[in-house]
Amino acid sequence: MLAFVLRRLVQSLLVMFFVALLAFSMFRFLGDPIAQMVGQDTSLQERERLRVELGLNDPVPVQFARYVAGVLKGEFGISYRIGRPVDELIAERLPATLELSFVAALFALLAGIPMGVYTGLYPDRWLSKVLLSLSLMGIALPTFLIGILLILIFGVNLGLLPTFGRGEVVHIGFWSTGFLTISGLKSLIMPAITLGMFQLALIMRLVRSEMLEVLRTDFIKFARARGLSNRAVYFGHALKNTLVPVITITGLQIGSIIAFAIITESVFQWPGMGLLFIQAIQFVDIPVMSTYLILIAFFFVVINLTVDLLYYAVDPRLRVHGGAGGK
Amino acid sequence: MRLTKLFMAGAAALTLFAAQPAVTVNAETLRFAFQGDANSMDPYNLNETFTLGFLGNIYEGLIRRNANLEIEPALAESWEIVEPTRWRFHLRKGVKFHDGTPFTADDVLFSADRVRADGSDLKTRLSADTKVVKVDDYTVDFITPKPNPILIAEWETFYIMSKKWAEKYGAVKPQQATGNEENYATRHANGTGPFKLVSREIDVKTVLEANPDWWGNATKKTNVTRVEFQPISQDATRVAALLSGELDMAYPIPVQDQKRVNANPGTKVIVGPELRTIFLGMDEYRDELLYSNVKGKNPFKDKRVRQAFYQAINIEAIKKKVMRGLSNPSAMMVAPGINGWSDKYKRLPYDPKKAKALLAEAGYPNGFEVGMDCPNDRYVNDEAICQAVVSMLAKVGVKVNLLAQPKAKYFKKVLAPNFDTSFYLIGWTPSSLDALNVLYNLLNCYDPKTGRGKFNLGRYCNPEVDKLTDQILVETDQEKRNALINKAWDLTLGDIATLPLHQQALSWGVRDNVSLKQRADNVFLIREVVIKK
Repeated sequence: MLAFVLRRLVQSLLVMFFVALLAFSMFRFLGDPIAQMVGQDTSLQERERLRVELGLNDPVPVQFARYVAGVLKGEFGISYRIGRPVDELIAERLPATLELSFVAALFALLAGIPMGVYTGLYPDRWLSKVLLSLSLMGIALPTFLIGILLILIFGVNLGLLPTFGRGEVVHIGFWSTGFLTISGLKSLIMPAITLGMFQLALIMRLVRSEMLEVLRTDFIKFARARGLSNRAVYFGHALKNTLVPVITITGLQIGSIIAFAIITESVFQWPGMGLLFIQAIQFVDIPVMSTYLILIAFFFVVINLTVDLLYYAVDPRLRVHGGAGGK
Repeated sequence: MRLTKLFMAGAAALTLFAAQPAVTVNAETLRFAFQGDANSMDPYNLNETFTLGFLGNIYEGLIRRNANLEIEPALAESWEIVEPTRWRFHLRKGVKFHDGTPFTADDVLFSADRVRADGSDLKTRLSADTKVVKVDDYTVDFITPKPNPILIAEWETFYIMSKKWAEKYGAVKPQQATGNEENYATRHANGTGPFKLVSREIDVKTVLEANPDWWGNATKKTNVTRVEFQPISQDATRVAALLSGELDMAYPIPVQDQKRVNANPGTKVIVGPELRTIFLGMDEYRDELLYSNVKGKNPFKDKRVRQAFYQAINIEAIKKKVMRGLSNPSAMMVAPGINGWSDKYKRLPYDPKKAKALLAEAGYPNGFEVGMDCPNDRYVNDEAICQAVVSMLAKVGVKVNLLAQPKAKYFKKVLAPNFDTSFYLIGWTPSSLDALNVLYNLLNCYDPKTGRGKFNLGRYCNPEVDKLTDQILVETDQEKRNALINKAWDLTLGDIATLPLHQQALSWGVRDNVSLKQRADNVFLIREVVIKK
């Protein structure tokens, strides 16, 4: 078990290394950071001096090696745009993104599972059909469109919810939270729905098809034959058996939620890492971009590792080979 | 343990709920949004309109410009030109920085050093060979090696910093681009201006409060006591926030949203001409164009071809269709309001037949092919303007292959030293509000050593214009100077060095109860804002 975790950790370091390498080799297609960093009157010599100072004239492998060396020392560099250490900036933005992703995932689960169960149990009812077509919209509509629509309806026309930002936040140590104020909670609603919409549709459809399948299996027939109540059959037996794939998918989707928060964050001016990243791209802020990408790779690696470990916990068959160091 | 934590969190939440209405009820709070944030609170970090304009609420220079862009005394009460190369400034007495330290000549000397130090992006505010001499605590002399009639033209944004404060917090030098250290001045500010910096969260919110000790309080117009600035990068979200009443002012408002903002009760759009001139340039230097099917020669070296391009462009159609009426077609490379602008110059008329004839005369009866570079996120509807130009040129037989890119890529391609373009669109506002800046940067022969003509991307070169520019540089007699500028225009416009298009319009959205002055350089002066109850 320990050997397995260690091996996975080493593998994940490799993954992060290659993500950084890939990212670095693509940055030079983004444009010139110098033109963004200085005003129009800045002399050519001054621009060149800055370019040399930042090492932008060096070949990509040299720049990459310098970056990796810095990271190993715990130095992620200083943002070209903001002039502050990148790790500090990202740490400041992390709570906003994680809170938003958490609420979005919770929303997708809490709404998606009951909707999936309902449409699975009563596939012919009109409400099921409505829910299914709605979920199709959730999958088909682009995130920014959903966001703008929500803003127009609930923010502008009804005036119920704030159209942008995070509201008032409370700082607890290094963490800033929007959970403790009314404006913070209100600000969360629309971005969380926007971000969770796709996952909601996905989970609902997944639960539905799993339900339909499980309900046809023999053990459900036996459960019914024993005279168990509908409630016990549906929730005690059927739903429980559908949840294994749901947990897997949800786990894997958490990574995508954090990564896809970029679009939602920029529509709602949500001050998270995604917004920071978008602005970094426009500015060609290389230190911010590379650190963000490595962090996202790290998240995916950790989530995958956790999901793998969960398999061990859930599926007894894996545990037999586990000691021998299976995959 | 867990219970106490919960209790504390609850208590914190309660106090917040209780505290909230007090903030929002205050009618003298100004909440405004722009599309980006000020990059730094350090006034020498970036020479960019918004950053410096915003900092102008906190910091002040020796002079300032009013809502009509006229120069007024600020930290200097008066000044005189003792001899052509020596300017004497009499500093305002009794001024205090926000931290309470008094403002004296030492701060001016310190700022003059810091603005020229490595890491400063505002080195052009004061040339390296200008001497700054303290006469007494409230008198400072600036000695220039040559007469400089527009020494103070850009000094509104040469902000004076406190020597003591910078020394205390280790901010004597501006932020360096490398290393792992943050400069104290990046997130803290200590000016003399009408507003103090209260809190700063980059890209989220910056809060200012009125300075009760400001020297200008006795005569100030504004009743704003608190400013909450929040950047909103998406146009649609920024407009929605204004419509929903969460903002008192937001800019820019995209041209296509102006109707909605005006139709919404309680909000309106204020438009006005901006000082930036949008123009097209052509490679007039290379012997063969980089992007063209004409080989062995450069068609743009022929003035007839340049004129054909000029007259093939229907500027009124661009104004009507692309800019929705919100542009001023321009005959010149400067806007009205810039020193050196003159109404005697008129645009060549739109005349596609003439254009075709000129092309035929120049040896291109069937036109030719050329590549065009265009930014797509820099100026108002920049890509759409380029597309319109492409279709207009197609009508006279010129096939233009358009490459529209984000500004980061576009500028890398076209700016010095690459000049990797044959035909391009760009915009320019002279930061000194004077024609000299335009002549020097856009219309002088390119010289990589001095930086002369560094934005003359087509490398148009007429030595006569350079000679005139040298004279304008040192001519202190205003009338003679303007006559020289006119001569330079005669030459460059006669040569059709570039194809001026228009000045785009400013577009600010405000709530009806907010009165403000729109300055033509797109700077938002909070000291001019009055909020009615």
